[in-house]
Amino acid sequence: MNADTEVPPIVEMRGITIRFPGVLALDDVDFTLRPGEVHSLMGENGAGKSTLIKALTGVYGIDSGSISIAGERQTFSTASDAQDAGISTVYQEVNLCTNLTVGENIMLGHEPRRGTGIDWRATHAEAARHLASLGLELDTRSMLAHHSIAIQQLVAISRAMVLDAKVLILDEPTSSLDRGEVEQLFGIMRDLRDKGVAILFVSHFLDQVYEISDRITVLRNGALVGEYPVAELPRDALVTKMIGRELADLAAIASSSHRDIDRSGTPVVKATGLGRRGVLEPADLEVYEGEVVGIAGLLGSGRTELVRLLYGADRADEGTVEVHGEHVRLHQPRHAIDHRISLSSENRREEGVVADLTVAENIVLGMQARQGWLRKIPKKDQDAVVQEYIDALGVRPANPHALVGNLSGGNQQKVLLARWLATAPELLVLDEPTRGIDVGAKADIQRKVAELSAQGLAVIFISSELEEVLRMAQRVVVLRDRKKIGELEASTTDLDGLIDYIANAGEGSAA
Amino acid sequence: MAAMTTTTARAGGRADRASSRVQTFLSRHGGMMPTFAAALILVLLFIGAEAFLRGDFIKPLTISNLLINNAYLLVLAVGMTFVILTGGIDLSVGSVMAFTGMLGAKLLADGLPVAIAIPAMLLGGAAIGLFIGILVQYFGVQPFIASLAGLFLGRGLAFIVSLNSIKVEDPAVLWLQSTRWKLGDWVVTPTGIIALATVAIAAFVLHLTRFGRTIYAIGGSEQSARLMGLKVGRAKVGAYVISGTCAGLAGLLLTAYANSSYPRNGIGTELDAIAAVVIGGTLLTGGRGYVLGSMIGVFVYGTIKTIINFMGAEQAWMQIIVGALLLLFIVVQRAIVARAEGRR
Repeated sequence: MNADTEVPPIVEMRGITIRFPGVLALDDVDFTLRPGEVHSLMGENGAGKSTLIKALTGVYGIDSGSISIAGERQTFSTASDAQDAGISTVYQEVNLCTNLTVGENIMLGHEPRRGTGIDWRATHAEAARHLASLGLELDTRSMLAHHSIAIQQLVAISRAMVLDAKVLILDEPTSSLDRGEVEQLFGIMRDLRDKGVAILFVSHFLDQVYEISDRITVLRNGALVGEYPVAELPRDALVTKMIGRELADLAAIASSSHRDIDRSGTPVVKATGLGRRGVLEPADLEVYEGEVVGIAGLLGSGRTELVRLLYGADRADEGTVEVHGEHVRLHQPRHAIDHRISLSSENRREEGVVADLTVAENIVLGMQARQGWLRKIPKKDQDAVVQEYIDALGVRPANPHALVGNLSGGNQQKVLLARWLATAPELLVLDEPTRGIDVGAKADIQRKVAELSAQGLAVIFISSELEEVLRMAQRVVVLRDRKKIGELEASTTDLDGLIDYIANAGEGSAA
Repeated sequence: MAAMTTTTARAGGRADRASSRVQTFLSRHGGMMPTFAAALILVLLFIGAEAFLRGDFIKPLTISNLLINNAYLLVLAVGMTFVILTGGIDLSVGSVMAFTGMLGAKLLADGLPVAIAIPAMLLGGAAIGLFIGILVQYFGVQPFIASLAGLFLGRGLAFIVSLNSIKVEDPAVLWLQSTRWKLGDWVVTPTGIIALATVAIAAFVLHLTRFGRTIYAIGGSEQSARLMGLKVGRAKVGAYVISGTCAGLAGLLLTAYANSSYPRNGIGTELDAIAAVVIGGTLLTGGRGYVLGSMIGVFVYGTIKTIINFMGAEQAWMQIIVGALLLLFIVVQRAIVARAEGRR
C-alpha cells in the first residue's frame, strides 16, 4: 500500500464544475490521484462519478476549475488528448469495434509499422503478448463480435495496457465479469499499482471496493463529500456518506416481500413447455396475482431468453401461454402489451429509454402508445402521472423537462420503470432492473416493486445479484445451461442454499 | 474391438479438427462471405452467358472490355467504398464527375496544358468532397443531405462551365483511351490501368494504414473509435475527400472515353456506384467490406450490361436485374449480421 501523502499527485482536479441543460452535474469538486494507489470513486447514480471521469478523459469540457497532470495544467478537448497525457480508460459499456479483430482492437492506433504499412504479423504478436500478460489466450485474428461481453471487457483492459498509461481509469469494469475473472483483473490491478500506475476504480460492489482500494473519494449529488483512506472508512459510514441517510429500507423491503401468496386461483400468466430450439429447452412458468417470481441462474443460463419468449420478443417454437386461464398467442411484443404484460429490457440504453426525449415524454410514451396515437392524453393528466412517478421513484433531478440522455443510469432506469408502470400492467417483467446502479436507486426501485406487488401486481424479477432475488421474490425459478432446473420458495432458502442449488441441483439424477 | 474404438476415436478427432478449423475460419473471415457470394455470382453470370450465347462470351476481348468500358465506374466505386465503410453515403459523385469533366475540357479548350487541367480536375473533385465532409463532421449534417447538396452544387457548376458538350482534342487525354496495350488477345488501355491502380492503392490504404483502419473502426462504432483516441474527424472528412478526388479522376476517364465532355454526363451514376459497392459485399451500415469486393461489384454490373447488349434486350431489364441483385444482397447481408449478433 502506498498511502504516503508525500508522493506528488499525478492527477489534481480543483474546483471542477460542469453544467448540462437543467442539471448541475458537478459542483466545485476536487479530486486527487497519486501514483501507486487504487483510488475508488464512490457515489449514488447521478452523484457525478461518470461526469468526473469524462471530464478527466476529455470527453466533456469543464465549465470552471482546473485539471493538472503530473503538475502540468492541461485542457483536454478530445479523448486522444487525454491518452497522450497518459490517461487510459476502460468504460462500463465496452467501447471497442466488434467488426474488427481482437488483435486490432487492442492495437488500433498503435500498430507497429514496417515502411509505410502496418506490420500485421507484429501487430498480432504484440496483441497476443498483451493478452498473455492478463493470462488470456485468444485467437487475436478472430472477430471481436464472436466473443462474450466479459471477454470483450478484458480485451478493452488489454488495450489500456498498450498505452503504457500512468493513469488507468476503470469505470465499472467488473459488472459483466464472473468471480474468477474479477480475481484475475484484481491481480493485474495490483501488479500495475506496484509498478506506480495510478488507478481510478469505480464499482457498485462494495466488497470489491474494499478488497482492492487504498483510498476512497465519495461524491453526492454532484458535490464532494470527502476523501478517506480505506482503513478509516467502515462500510456503514461509506454507505451513509453516499446516500446521506441511514438505510434500513432494504431490510424493510425483505420483510414486506416475505408473505404468503394464494396460489389456489388461476395464475395471471401461465406458460407451459415454452421453448425454442438452440435457445431454451421447454420450461414451465406461472405467476400469480401479487407474486414476485425471481429468476436466478448464471449469465447466459437462459434467464433473458425465457422472458423474451414469454413476451413474444423472440418467437417460441413450442409451448403455450395462458393469460388468466385463457389461451393466447404472443408472437409479438404488441400482443403481450395488449394482454397487459410489460417487459423492461436489460439493455436500457438500446431497448429502453429514448435519450433525446425529456423525462416526461419518456414516461408518457408507453401510456400514449397503449391508448392509440390519435387519442391524445390531456396535458393535465400527463403532468399528473409524470409528477406522481417522479416523486414515487425519486427521479433525480426531479425535473420533468430534463433530457433523459443527461440523467445517470439509475435515474434512466427509474424513468423506464415509470413508463411501464404508467401503462398499468398486470404482469411486469423486469430484466436486470438494478444492474449498474447504486444502493440508493436500487432501494427506490425495489421498494416500489414490492409495494406494487403487495397491491396485486404480478412481477417476474431477473437479477444477477442473488441476494436481491431472494429479497424481492416469493418464489425463485432456477435456470442452468438454457434449461429450467427447478423452483425454490424464497422463505425457506438462504443465499448459500440458492448458490448450491444453481451449481449442483439435478446433477445426481443426470448421472 | 479395441482397434475399432481407436479408429472411431481417430476419425472423430479428425472431424473435430476439421470442424474447429471451420470455426476458426468463420470467426476470422465471416465478414468476407458477402464478397465471396459476389464473386460466385460473377462466375455464374459468366457461365450462364457463355451457355446462352453458345460460347461467344468468355473470351479475352469481352473481359478486357469489361474493364475498359467501366473504368470510370470502378474509380467511383472505390471512392464510394471509403465513404460507405464509415457508415456514410456520397450522392454527389455523378455530378462531380460531370463537373470535373467539363472543367478539364474547358481548360484544355482554352489552351491550358494537361499539367494544369488534370490537377485542376482532381482538386475540383477533392474540394467538393471536403465541403461535404466538413458539413457531415463539423456541422452534424446527415451524409445523405450533405452529399445531396454536393450533387446539386456539382451539377450546377457543370452547367456554369458550359451548357453544351465540349470536344477534347488534347493528344495526352486522347492517348489515355486510344492506346491499346496488347498481350495476346488481352487488351488494356491506360484508363484501365489507372482504374486498377486506384483499386490497388485503395486496398493498401484501407488495410495497411492507420487511416484506413480508422475508417473501419468508425464504421464499427464511431463513439468507440473516438474514445479509443483515434483521429475520427480527420478520417471521416478524409473519406469524403477521397470520394471527391475519385470522382474528379472518373471525370478525366469518362472525358477520355468519350473524347468530349457533356454537362449531363453521369446523371444517376452515383446510384450505379452505390449498387456496385453493395453488391460487392460492403455493408451499408459501415465497418465491413472490401475495395476488391467493390471491383467485383462493378464487374457484375458491367457483365449484366454486356449480356443485355449482346441479347439486344431492352435496357430497362438492366435496371430490373440490378435492382433484384441489390435486394438479394441486402437480404444476405442482413442475414449475416443477424447471425453474427446471434452467436454472441
